[in-house]
Amino acid sequence: MLYALCFLLFMIGLYCVLVKKNMVKIVIGVMVMEYAVNLFLIMLGFRFGGVAPVLERPDIDGETGQVLAGFLSASVDPLPQALVLTAIVISLGSLALMISICIRTYEKYGTFDITEIRRLRG
Amino acid sequence: MTIPLPLFVAIPLGMAFGLPIFGAFGQKGKRAATVLGNVTTLVLLWMAVTSIGKFGVYQVGRWSIPLGINLVLDGLSSFLLLTIAVVSAAAMLFSVRYMEQYTAKPKYLCLFLLMVTGMNGVVLSGDIFNLFVFLAGASIASYALVGFGCEHEELEASFKYMVLGSVASMFVLFGVALVYGNTGSLNMAYVSKAIAASGINPGLGFALALFIAGFGLKAALVPFHAWLPDAHPSAPAPISAMLSGVLIKSLGVYALARVTFNVFGIFATSDIAVQMGWILVILGLLSMVAGAFLAIGQWDLKRLLAYSSISQSGYVVLGLGLGGLMIARGGSLTAASLAIVAGLFHLGNHAIYKSLLFLTSGSVEMATGTRQMREMGGLASRLPFTRATATVASASIAGVPPFSGFWSKLLLVIAAVQAQFIWVAAIIVGVSVCTLIMYLKVQRYVFLGELPKQMADVKESKGSMLAAMVILACLCVLMGLLVIIPGLKTTILDPAAKALTDGSEYASNIINSSLVVKQ
Repeated sequence: MLYALCFLLFMIGLYCVLVKKNMVKIVIGVMVMEYAVNLFLIMLGFRFGGVAPVLERPDIDGETGQVLAGFLSASVDPLPQALVLTAIVISLGSLALMISICIRTYEKYGTFDITEIRRLRG
Repeated sequence: MTIPLPLFVAIPLGMAFGLPIFGAFGQKGKRAATVLGNVTTLVLLWMAVTSIGKFGVYQVGRWSIPLGINLVLDGLSSFLLLTIAVVSAAAMLFSVRYMEQYTAKPKYLCLFLLMVTGMNGVVLSGDIFNLFVFLAGASIASYALVGFGCEHEELEASFKYMVLGSVASMFVLFGVALVYGNTGSLNMAYVSKAIAASGINPGLGFALALFIAGFGLKAALVPFHAWLPDAHPSAPAPISAMLSGVLIKSLGVYALARVTFNVFGIFATSDIAVQMGWILVILGLLSMVAGAFLAIGQWDLKRLLAYSSISQSGYVVLGLGLGGLMIARGGSLTAASLAIVAGLFHLGNHAIYKSLLFLTSGSVEMATGTRQMREMGGLASRLPFTRATATVASASIAGVPPFSGFWSKLLLVIAAVQAQFIWVAAIIVGVSVCTLIMYLKVQRYVFLGELPKQMADVKESKGSMLAAMVILACLCVLMGLLVIIPGLKTTILDPAAKALTDGSEYASNIINSSLVVKQ
């Protein structure tokens, strides 16, 4: 169910990119898509009542040296969080570039409306 | 001697951020930065040549592979590395003189090398998330380079390219997330093993669809091609050469091939192998035909070249798709590998002659100040070297023997006939004729006919621009040797094709090599 909502958010972003006429709104649509994917990644590793995936002394069986099953079943998956951090940095870079291109385009054309910014044809 | 794999990424990355510092030292600094940029691409070329025929796995930070990041060099990677290195060295040489008309040259060099970093990273990466990271890095650098001129058209094209490119990147990231959720691993080898064990469930099928759409957008295959004819002509000429020559191939075609053949191992094991083969064949055919017809009608020189790039990358995907289809049907592996060799050989050839064509278009644009073919004519007498190199490249792309394009198209036709797709072979030949027509049009309107009065004293490009064009033209002639001399074919092309035909062997090679490291 949650995954379906996440996919819905992704589709809302895609709809915004495809339908909106304003350049800034298109950029917002791209960002909504990125957040939907980030949210999806976080949800992959999420557990209700989970604990941080950091081993402490009580989590290890004193006699056998094995990690206790309780820790293994409760800890969240740390890898998607690392992936999301990377993805956020990348999307920040492309957001900065997109916004600066929007500003330069506005200086040249005097509008954000993509139906009026149509010098390229064919 | 083995080159440490991270250097392929580290050298251009370090230089990319080192060179803009020289911009602070005025003219002398700018000249030094230009020289260093050329040295960097030449060093990368040397490294790519020495890495041919090697297999290597590098574990970043010595983390063993299911846990850590790894870089993998196999036959396909080293073939792509060599192609990227040749084209970037020529484009960099061309920029020495061509980019004098723009300000902020050190920044241009920085973005150029960042793009090279990203492409090298994509072809070396051994896990799918880092494939995405390098892909995004190379893409962001290319968005900025498309808009480098900061004029009306450039900004518009850059925005269009950036929006579609970002959507493509998001598709890929979504696919990566789905693969991680379904297999519990990001390492290509382990993902491949997990998929071979579990088969393709609906989640993985959706991920595969997202990968096809994402990499298809990056490769500008026909239903996804809308951005390319705007973006490639708007960039400065050496960048158009890089974008059409190698960027759409390494980010799009290579990544698509790697994911479908090796990571999903579709053609070896799964029950959707035949459908997948057909998808690739149809994408390839659509791109070939639509690209060629759209190109013939163009009057903007660089726009015509851009449409022709769509058509030509269709050949590459067609070759890969035919090979996959033959493996899926249980046909002979030699026939399948012939189709894949033909596709990859065409990839290399197209990188060389399309970058040469874009460089000559830059030379024409710099001399005449226009890209409109209607305003040109008779430039053969004023620009003899540009004309000669453009003719060599046109003959190559149209498949006139003995130039390079002829050999790859011949192999592709033979492969199609062996697979008993006579109609595919007919389409290949038909599109070749269309290609010939569009390049005869270029010759007729740009180089032959009457010289307009205002162009009576245009000057031939000199120095580095000329050198870059002549070197690429020589390569166009010599590329044919790659299939004629058996030694070259077995060291360069065959390992690249073998990496794809033995889809699941990729995984076992990497896993075995990591065991060796541990002992």
